[in-house]
Amino acid sequence: MSGGSSTAGARRPVGAPPSVAVVDYGMGNLASVAKALERVGAGVRVVDAAAGLKGADALVLPGVGAFRDAAARLEATGLGPAVVERIAAGVPFLGVCLGLQLLFDSSGEGGRWTGLGVLGGTVERLETGLKVPHMGWNEVTWAAAGAGMACGLPAPAAFYFVHSYAARPADDDVIAATAEYGGSVVAAVARDNVWAVQFHPEKSSATGLALLSNFVGLAQEKWR
Amino acid sequence: MLSKRVIPCLDVRGGRVVKGVNFIDFRDAGDPVELAAFYDSEGADEIVFLDITASHEGREIIADLAARCAEQVFIPFTIGGGLRREEDVRAILAAGADKVTMNTAAVEDPELVRRCADRFGSQCIVVAIDAKRVTEAMPGVGLRWEVYLHGGRTPTGIDAEAWAVQAAELGAGEFMLTSMDRDGTCDGYDLELTRTVARAVDVPVIASGGVGTLEHLAEGLTAGEADAVLAASIFHYGTFSIAQAKEFLAARGIPVRR
Repeated sequence: MSGGSSTAGARRPVGAPPSVAVVDYGMGNLASVAKALERVGAGVRVVDAAAGLKGADALVLPGVGAFRDAAARLEATGLGPAVVERIAAGVPFLGVCLGLQLLFDSSGEGGRWTGLGVLGGTVERLETGLKVPHMGWNEVTWAAAGAGMACGLPAPAAFYFVHSYAARPADDDVIAATAEYGGSVVAAVARDNVWAVQFHPEKSSATGLALLSNFVGLAQEKWR
Repeated sequence: MLSKRVIPCLDVRGGRVVKGVNFIDFRDAGDPVELAAFYDSEGADEIVFLDITASHEGREIIADLAARCAEQVFIPFTIGGGLRREEDVRAILAAGADKVTMNTAAVEDPELVRRCADRFGSQCIVVAIDAKRVTEAMPGVGLRWEVYLHGGRTPTGIDAEAWAVQAAELGAGEFMLTSMDRDGTCDGYDLELTRTVARAVDVPVIASGGVGTLEHLAEGLTAGEADAVLAASIFHYGTFSIAQAKEFLAARGIPVRR
């Protein structure tokens, strides 16, 4: 645990692990992602109120379930606006699965629902001609934006996916990785301090832990 | 492209592995979580735990297993055995399991599959089918298989292929298909059974029962048309490692994660 600094990381004691706030907005089990972050050296706090995000060196937004419910809970709890504010303040951010999709302007999952709007673009149902959900281990191809995530990972890197919807960024430059599944599927996006992955690094064995370790390293660099 | 999956299966009773593993030094060879972490490090794609505890108290022990596994194992894991109610499924998933398997309860109350799929998502509902060949097929009728319950002791008269189709319509996200004729033998999967069900449903099929060699794993994925292969004893007894299995499959041109 990082000894409770009042502003993002600025007063973190030398040598303390970066404190990572895992955002708990009632969408799915957070134990796996929290434990995986601990495994790679983060001090993890599960945070269910906007005020709790303040002192964290980095944020992780996990989530499984329906986009509409997730967006509604983020709004109702105030966690959504707080996450957006922290991202704007430069705090390293990692979205996982639904946590990636929520970054975009909107999703077409069962209607049309507004997301956090951190990245331009929408989330749409996979139309691959193959089985949906896209479930299982798939290799990704990294793009330039994925250099930080991919650092030191085995090549090719395979991750565990479970999803029926995928991001369609307005700006192709934010695409950090793609996977082949009846066409090219956005597997990861990145822009500045914002990283997000459609797959589950916490379920992707040593390769997933290595990616999480890169993220914790990003947080460490940021507040050094 | 999606990899074909190699899945070691651990039988668990009272929170302990039934058949211990003795080819490598473990602090506790009976601890399912330590074994699962070992298989993760070896390259297993998923882990399946089958709980053969037949008691109510067993539910709490298995939820504890799920919670400990979620802390120490960083690949997807599935828990099955004796889950009879929606609430049992909720508890196991909330404890950290990625998927559950249902067998007897699904046959006795098919709507349970629908309710669980609606509530938790199809991707975490695996229907396990134990099937046995019907030996005296009628003339003109192809090979048939009958669904058995209670670990293969109770015949149902239900056709395995028809049940798979029905369960998929109800929302089953995956099938774990065990040949009762082959289970415990080392003669290989019942490839006709696996292929028949794999062609009948459009969700993944895990082949199970009978693996004795690496060739059997390859056959399950090629001639059997399965999406994943499950095995127990060849891995537990150290006959082959997961890495050897992956290497063998890759050499056959089968896409696997390495």
